[in-house]
Amino acid sequence: MRNFLAIYQREVKSYFSSPIAYVVIGLFLILAGIFFYLIISNFMQMCMRVDMMAQQYRMAPQKMNVNLMAIRPIMHNLSLFALFFLPLVTMRLYSDEKRTGTIELLMTSPVTNLQAILGKFFAAATLYLVMLGGTFLYIIFLFLYGNPEVGPIFTAYLGLLLLGLCYIAFGVFFSTLTDNQIIAAVSTFVFILFFWAIGWVSGFVSPSLGETLSSFSLIEHFDDFAKGVLDTKHIVYYISFIFMGLFLSFVSIESTRWRGR
Amino acid sequence: MIDVQQVSRYFGDVAAVNDISFKVEKGEIVGFLGPNAAGKTTAMRVLTTYLPATSGTATVAGFDVHEQSMEVRKRIGYLPENPPLYQDMRVRDYLEFVAKIKGVAPADRHKAVDEAMDKAAIGDVSGRVIKYLSKGYKQRVGLAQALVHNPEVLILDEPTVRLDPNQIIEVRQLIKSLAGNHTIILSTHILPEVSMTCERVVIINKGVIVAEDTTEGLTKKHAGATRLTVSVDAPLQAVMEKIGAVRGVTKVEKTSGDHTTVFVESDKEVEIRPEVAQVLVANGWPLYELKAEDVSLEDVFLHLTTQEEGPVE
Repeated sequence: MRNFLAIYQREVKSYFSSPIAYVVIGLFLILAGIFFYLIISNFMQMCMRVDMMAQQYRMAPQKMNVNLMAIRPIMHNLSLFALFFLPLVTMRLYSDEKRTGTIELLMTSPVTNLQAILGKFFAAATLYLVMLGGTFLYIIFLFLYGNPEVGPIFTAYLGLLLLGLCYIAFGVFFSTLTDNQIIAAVSTFVFILFFWAIGWVSGFVSPSLGETLSSFSLIEHFDDFAKGVLDTKHIVYYISFIFMGLFLSFVSIESTRWRGR
Repeated sequence: MIDVQQVSRYFGDVAAVNDISFKVEKGEIVGFLGPNAAGKTTAMRVLTTYLPATSGTATVAGFDVHEQSMEVRKRIGYLPENPPLYQDMRVRDYLEFVAKIKGVAPADRHKAVDEAMDKAAIGDVSGRVIKYLSKGYKQRVGLAQALVHNPEVLILDEPTVRLDPNQIIEVRQLIKSLAGNHTIILSTHILPEVSMTCERVVIINKGVIVAEDTTEGLTKKHAGATRLTVSVDAPLQAVMEKIGAVRGVTKVEKTSGDHTTVFVESDKEVEIRPEVAQVLVANGWPLYELKAEDVSLEDVFLHLTTQEEGPVE
């Protein structure tokens, strides 16, 4: 535990004592803010049009659901932005240690590889939590000017968290494979994108294969969270995905010793 | 303290270290000497548990480097070829971090870091960010990192590289002062460093140990021939004839000098100096110089690493 904390604290400090954390968090929030504005404006226009139509036909105005029509697309947007940003957060975790040789210190200290991997994983997760925490600000505005339901927002954030941890777990893994940060980031991005889009082919293949493929898709599992549905099958899927990433990282680091690179 | 038994390490088909065995007693300073790519770093990496050996066993402080690697890691301080520094950390924070992961108790950490900074003489840069330090300072921070948990065994891969001459002297003195309490293995390709700091030398070439002895022992054993420079005031021809007649002399040749100067080689077991002196006196030639040339460690090193293929014994 002490070793885990030492690694974790060092990584978090390293994020926040360099520009990385501020650039990533800042740009993430700017991008999320722009899209929040666009989606909400769009939603407002729709509300106004519905109102006008109701007046025209002298009907009671139709109720518009802010959770379904605004928050859900916002959450989908955030899940995509996280995909752009998290590989940049995780790329240095092991690559940089390999490039500068500090990996030799780490691997000749009485720290197990599991402690080191978990320390790094949770450090990146902490940065991600701060990123997500910043987006609460936008949601607060919705509560000020409307009355969204809390439940779906909670499940959506839970979904975002689990999804992001999947990105991070594999980000750690790809970072153990190379001493080049760019390669680590690009491989993470492509790998995650592949698992993101794997369900899209389901329309072109046989129904059973299509269903299997979309059950592997990262984003298919996210949609229920965004809608406010909490289903253990999605949680199990994400947790398995995270474990897989961490397990592969562990195997990769252990085998680094044997390969000697 | 350190016991290496028939350790080999292959990278693919290439043996970086091939069947090496040696022992280091507690408190000794042992130098690893060898040309570049001789296998020094690989051998050290096996000892520090960074790389597992392909075959053979090594124990440090009684613990197997593979089976009980965590116990070994607690007891070694390791300075790799490139000091393992987190460039964006401050010196003090970095050393605190190292102390933490090396298992120094929280209560002792502050003192341990102070002592290590003191030993490596980096107290004046404790608040600086490592990436802005000069190479010499970085190297010393690396050294402090290896010392911070007061380990029983120190493994230093080229500890004086990148330092200026004054710092080199300081670091050598530091290393010497650490002997006794610590067991030290250091690698180098700088020969005077070995004769100045180490009690024993292990010469590695192409992954095998070609010699292992004290520095004096090595120079004696591999001397081959005794060489004399004789400078007298006499006709060259006569001098060469008379000295050549001395028992044991194998070669006499003229070299440059103010007077008639010759270079004499003899079998290594025979001491020829008294007889040569006698010959000169008997002929009444004024003697200006009679000097035996020491065979330097450098000669031994060159001899061992350029000509020999297998272990010398």
